[in-house]
Amino acid sequence: MGAAADPVGPELLEVSGVSKSFSGVAALEDVTLRLRHGTVHALLGENGAGKSTLMRIVAGVCTPDAGELRLEGRALRLGSPGQALAAGIAMIHQELNLLPAMSVAENIWIRREPLNALGLVRHRELRRRTRALLERLGVDLDPQAELGTLPLAARQMVEIARALSYDSRVLIMDEPTSALGERDAERLFAVIRDLRARGVGIFYVTHRIDELFALADEISVLRDGRHVGTSCPRDLTRRDIIHMMVGRELSSPPAATPVQAAPVALSAHGLSLEGWFCDVSFELHAGEVLGVAGLVGSGRSKLAETLFGIARPTAGEIRIGGAAVRIDSPPAAISRGIGFVTEDRRETGCLPGLSVLENLEISALARDFVRLGFVHAGAARRACAGMASALRIKAPDLRERIETLSGGNQQKVLLGRWLLLNPQILLLDEPTRGVDVGAKAEIHQLIARLVSAGTAVLMISSEMPEILALSHRVMVMHEGRVAGILDRDLATPARIMDLAAR
Amino acid sequence: MHHSVAERPAPSAAPARLRRLPPEAGIALVLIALALAFELLGWIFVHQSFLANAQRLVVMILQVSVIGVIAVGVTQVIITGGIDLSSGSVVALTAMVAASLAQSSEAVSAVYPALTDLPVVIPVAAGLAVGAAAGLVNGSLIAATGIPPFIATLGVMASARGLARWYTRGQPVSMLTDPYAAIGSGAVPVAIFLATALVFHVALRYTRYGKFTYAIGANREAARVAGIRVGRHLIVVYSIAGLLSGLAGVLTSARAVSGQAGMRLMYELDAIAAAVIGGASLSGGVGRMTGTVIGTLILGVVTSGFTFLRIDAYYQEIVKGAIIVAAVVADQYRRRRRLTAT
Ligand SMILES: Nc1ncnc2c1ncn2[C@@H]1O[C@H](COP(=O)(O)OP(=O)(O)OP(=O)(O)O)[C@@H](O)[C@H]1O
Ligand SMILES: [Mg+2]
Repeated sequence: MGAAADPVGPELLEVSGVSKSFSGVAALEDVTLRLRHGTVHALLGENGAGKSTLMRIVAGVCTPDAGELRLEGRALRLGSPGQALAAGIAMIHQELNLLPAMSVAENIWIRREPLNALGLVRHRELRRRTRALLERLGVDLDPQAELGTLPLAARQMVEIARALSYDSRVLIMDEPTSALGERDAERLFAVIRDLRARGVGIFYVTHRIDELFALADEISVLRDGRHVGTSCPRDLTRRDIIHMMVGRELSSPPAATPVQAAPVALSAHGLSLEGWFCDVSFELHAGEVLGVAGLVGSGRSKLAETLFGIARPTAGEIRIGGAAVRIDSPPAAISRGIGFVTEDRRETGCLPGLSVLENLEISALARDFVRLGFVHAGAARRACAGMASALRIKAPDLRERIETLSGGNQQKVLLGRWLLLNPQILLLDEPTRGVDVGAKAEIHQLIARLVSAGTAVLMISSEMPEILALSHRVMVMHEGRVAGILDRDLATPARIMDLAAR
Repeated sequence: MHHSVAERPAPSAAPARLRRLPPEAGIALVLIALALAFELLGWIFVHQSFLANAQRLVVMILQVSVIGVIAVGVTQVIITGGIDLSSGSVVALTAMVAASLAQSSEAVSAVYPALTDLPVVIPVAAGLAVGAAAGLVNGSLIAATGIPPFIATLGVMASARGLARWYTRGQPVSMLTDPYAAIGSGAVPVAIFLATALVFHVALRYTRYGKFTYAIGANREAARVAGIRVGRHLIVVYSIAGLLSGLAGVLTSARAVSGQAGMRLMYELDAIAAAVIGGASLSGGVGRMTGTVIGTLILGVVTSGFTFLRIDAYYQEIVKGAIIVAAVVADQYRRRRRLTAT
């Protein structure tokens, strides 16, 4: 429970009457919020509700059309993120903004490197500071590791470390845990509590409602760009919060019905990828969700990449419908009916600069909507519009560029990209990362529907409730090996964690 | 208020989008402004009209047609996020090869004395084939070795120029047949330029080839995961660019009624400039044929305007350089504004 008792501390930051619209469409309308010293103020809302936009305004990344910001009573005019940082406001962005070719240390201290008298970087000092910072977060990372080679969760921790390194008075966290496993998230919470005790004010955006009860002092909800209300988590139940966010009741996720004697759609036999995973064997049946649990770094994402032909196995065999197949490229996987929603939508998902429509149709074009090389634009648009409404993608127009959509809606576009191909086997790596509760329930229902129509789904997830709600069986991975495959009735959180952490 | 797409009557109902001008509007304005500026300066300094001279306009368009044909290919390369530095040298090489097969029997020391007075399709086909082959080398180098396009095409640029010199040991190739020379005469090069621009405008906008080209430029890794055979596609794009350089080589040699190894030095830069002035972004994913055509015309107006004002050629190059830099700065600015708006 929020240890800091009543959120009555003095005001640190005040947002009043802020409005913002993009090409005539309002993203925020007259929003007023207060952040107090030494509190965690959680911000909730559906995908596209305007949370990130509001936070970007506070961090000086974009300017409001109306309204003002006050920091400790003084009006604040922010023209750039640099000015916000100078005023003591740092932000952890929802989409990572790191330089893949540079080291962890360089990424954290970029443009603030400790220099010697000659103006050269003091590398030892740089590493020392980085190590101290990472230690505080409890992560074991080499300060000199090249960022691009690290898994997503580690990159997320680097982004967090960078924001912490500013020692700011206001810290904004936009879905910091969406890419983290439970263990890393716990460590982050400890850091947050520590910062709070030191008087830092924290804006915390999340879709994981359960986190809030342990963390937040105040909860504000945005809906369609408007401020719906602010309360104390003590006075709210999970259902109240969801109701405030969505404005309606949610149907509970459908219970997975056991599949009986369905044929094996995909199987792996002693599959290995040197340095990543080893001797992985499993069978995935048609009409089944095989959940893949495990700590971040246990080789789950690489396994999916290997099944999809992005990485080539160093040993072992993949069979589809019983026959051994060679999958050495994504097209080879796609032609065998496999689809793959990757974990990192920015690096391997979105096509920035292109429209929502072009992002949706791109994979299908290899097979559908094309005659003699010409795209049948009408048919493609109809199919994409149908998919967009089936997934309830919130976009003003399918011709808008994908990066103008909120994170959760981008995720739905990427899911839709594969669903347009009607895959028989769907590999999902964190399918609801950054997706709001309502949309998450929709995606879960969608997965259940696909599965009951006979699709085989391999779902990697770091969210225990998601694994438990959808999986028929759970494969737990530990340091690149299968630690066990549990049937649905044996898969309890304790058992899964036990196998994953051993 | 936001609605899900489902609740909207039709995607076309978005008013915000309709109010937006096409991206070419700005470049077209620059073209018009430049033309008017030369018109004004013309009256002040040389007491003549710049625009009211059909002959000058025809010559201007003729001059840039060859650059335009190259730029059509280069634009596609730039959209994939690449660059082609080899086009000028490839033009010279193909001009030599095509010319050597287009000599008339009157040529005193023909390159192939036994192969004179050939039907015109043979030199044309040879030129196109050599160009496409050079592009294939570019594309294969990039796809197979993963080296940056800048390096791969820089290598081909040097080698192709060397090959062009070696081909006749530095001798120019002259005395070409009349039918071959006809390809470069009159408005034929202009027609060919506009036709290729139209063909690839359609290809970029309405075909799978075009969609994949943009996707690769937008995010190569994501395009690969989405199932696009990126390497194979790049080979096709660079081969098309090479083919168009070959076409430009044929046009050049036909217009000059000769082939010379030193021809079209630095043409690759003019072609890249035309594409970039036309709005193609060197970071990939962005660019349109209509923009490139306007960009080509801007280069033409500048060159012809300077000649018209009797300003020294040195200044022309200096100003051209400045225009290219300005175009890239404008692109950066557009991108940054887009990013901060997000
Ligand atoms: N640069 C932009 N151009 C156009 N529209 C934009 C832009 N940035 C945001 N929007 C729109 O503003 C709305 C709010 O987006 P925002 O990213 O703030 O949502 P969010 O609440 O953070 O959602 P999520 O939970 O999915 O991250 C969305 O409908 C989005 O499409
Ligand atoms: Mg957001």
